[in-house]
Amino acid sequence: MVSANRTTQEVTVGENFTLNFGPQHPAAHGVLRLVLEMEGETITRADPHIGLLHRGTEKLLENRSYIQGLPYFDRLDYVSMMCQEHVWCLATEKLLGVDVPRRAQFIRVMYSELTRLMNHLLWLGTHALDVGAMSVFLYAFKHRETLMDFYEEVSGARMHANYFRPGGVSRDLPEGLLEKIAAFNIEMVAHIDEFEALLTENRIWKQRTVDVGVLTPEDAIEMGCTGPMLRGSGLSWDLRKSQPYEVYDEMDFDVPVGKNGDSYSRYLVRIEEMRQSLRIIEQCIEKMPKGAIKTQNFKVSPPPRNDMKNSMEALIHHFKYFTEGFHVPAGECYAAVEAPKGEMGVYLVSKGGPRPYRVKIRAPGFAHLQGLDRMVRGHMIADVVTVIGTQDIVFGEIDR
Amino acid sequence: MHIDKYLDADKLIKLKAHIAAEQKDLIREVKLKHRELTIVTRPKDLHSLLKFLRDDRECQFKMLIDICGVDFPERNERFEIVYHFLSLAHNLRIRVKILAAEEQSVPSIVDVFSNANWYERETYDMFGIIFENHPDLRRILTDYDFEGFPLRKDFPVEGNVEMFYDEELQRCVYRPIKLAQPYRHFEWESPWKAMDNPYGLADEDNSFDDGEFSDPQPLAKASGGDE
Repeated sequence: MVSANRTTQEVTVGENFTLNFGPQHPAAHGVLRLVLEMEGETITRADPHIGLLHRGTEKLLENRSYIQGLPYFDRLDYVSMMCQEHVWCLATEKLLGVDVPRRAQFIRVMYSELTRLMNHLLWLGTHALDVGAMSVFLYAFKHRETLMDFYEEVSGARMHANYFRPGGVSRDLPEGLLEKIAAFNIEMVAHIDEFEALLTENRIWKQRTVDVGVLTPEDAIEMGCTGPMLRGSGLSWDLRKSQPYEVYDEMDFDVPVGKNGDSYSRYLVRIEEMRQSLRIIEQCIEKMPKGAIKTQNFKVSPPPRNDMKNSMEALIHHFKYFTEGFHVPAGECYAAVEAPKGEMGVYLVSKGGPRPYRVKIRAPGFAHLQGLDRMVRGHMIADVVTVIGTQDIVFGEIDR
Repeated sequence: MHIDKYLDADKLIKLKAHIAAEQKDLIREVKLKHRELTIVTRPKDLHSLLKFLRDDRECQFKMLIDICGVDFPERNERFEIVYHFLSLAHNLRIRVKILAAEEQSVPSIVDVFSNANWYERETYDMFGIIFENHPDLRRILTDYDFEGFPLRKDFPVEGNVEMFYDEELQRCVYRPIKLAQPYRHFEWESPWKAMDNPYGLADEDNSFDDGEFSDPQPLAKASGGDE
């Protein structure tokens, strides 16, 4: 069942068949229909049928103002919410030419990293569960819950936070939150060791992941892989390092790189990424500056509540912001962030006016899933589950 | 700025000059804005240009990041097809564009970048742009027998059909969409402009949005504000 690339010479005629995997299969991580052409138990071709979660986000965004569009981004990759908000904010800010106050940048970076941790915890739990390790799932989800509490404290929502805004973040951190995150941070270091104790040297885990879904660096580039998929193959490419945005260039962290390009390498890369995320969060807490949390240009961010009671201009700004929305100058731009799954990008075309003309969301999972066929060919059917797991597939972003 | 601070503007200017010098015949237009380099080319030159961008030592745009369409119904060449590339070696991005009319097919680039496959399928699905020599040009995101191209500007947001479960047929069926209340397009630029002076206010009372916010061009009345 385990060994990959086993040739099946013994297969007789009549054992070739087509298997329909999904759309409702617990290991498909959402709604994926895979049409597998099999020769015995070996896969000769995999054809993913996607789009079962297509909600027309790009069309909807064309009909919403920029702030109304923001919550749709939470719902793309619904396990790494704030990273998607981030890329939308960056694209809008790029066209607007608006700067973000330093404190807001630190908050954004901190929450991006908390989100990365959250995403990797879910990935680790479900991946391990698919492959057969139940307990990791329970451990991982417990800590994910704490992270959701941090989401809730700043935004009021556990998951779909709608917290970032073009020009900053929507509100300041509540008192005492930084201390809580710092305490969690210290605990979490030990918990990651726990996960490793459960998996890293685990014989079954290794049998199921080592040499499964091998990607050479050339393949990875050709497939358009980004994020841990690319790094697992030994390429050191991380947008936080190579094209830093916000204050990532002031942070001290390492980019883990895999050696063999198999599922196990990617597992190790993601585990190490969690540790590096903790390092970044720690530095954010340490360096967190005082000051404004959104731009003081009130054409693109709401004025303080108190001012509205006294200042006519603030009242007008507030009204315009929440009814019409702000106008973005005509132009086009592409902004990308290193989301937990890879490069998440937004190509934004504006013709002026309060609504975008066209938004194209570049989802990392789309490119990865396209390469599924290449990764599972010659593997056993049980390895499909491993490969889907190691690609960290989430259908919200693939189907959009 | 907090974005793109890594980017050396000279590097982009140099790249722009390099491409413009080497491939003068293939290029319709080169733009450098927001620290992003855009090259507009003709569909017939796309292959040669992309091969150059991929293999040239100064470029090395080996990774195809994205392909997407943009619809401008008022233009003769209605569609823009936009390609984004990334060069890992030089840490640069580039955007390549071609234009296509509604009935015009464009060359597929699957033979140059194999992961263009799904991106071209998506563009076909959303805009109805036909890619010549594509190995497998099926719909990808919409339903199996979907009709129409949803991201075209003339496709309604609410769609044309809705899905029901038919008890007699024991399966899902599509029916023309029926909304209890018509979908409200808030298409006007400002709530004030759209009302067209409903209470008969004197003009000076009804024109307080002449500030910096208002559009430079006055909006044509009842044009729907779709520019």
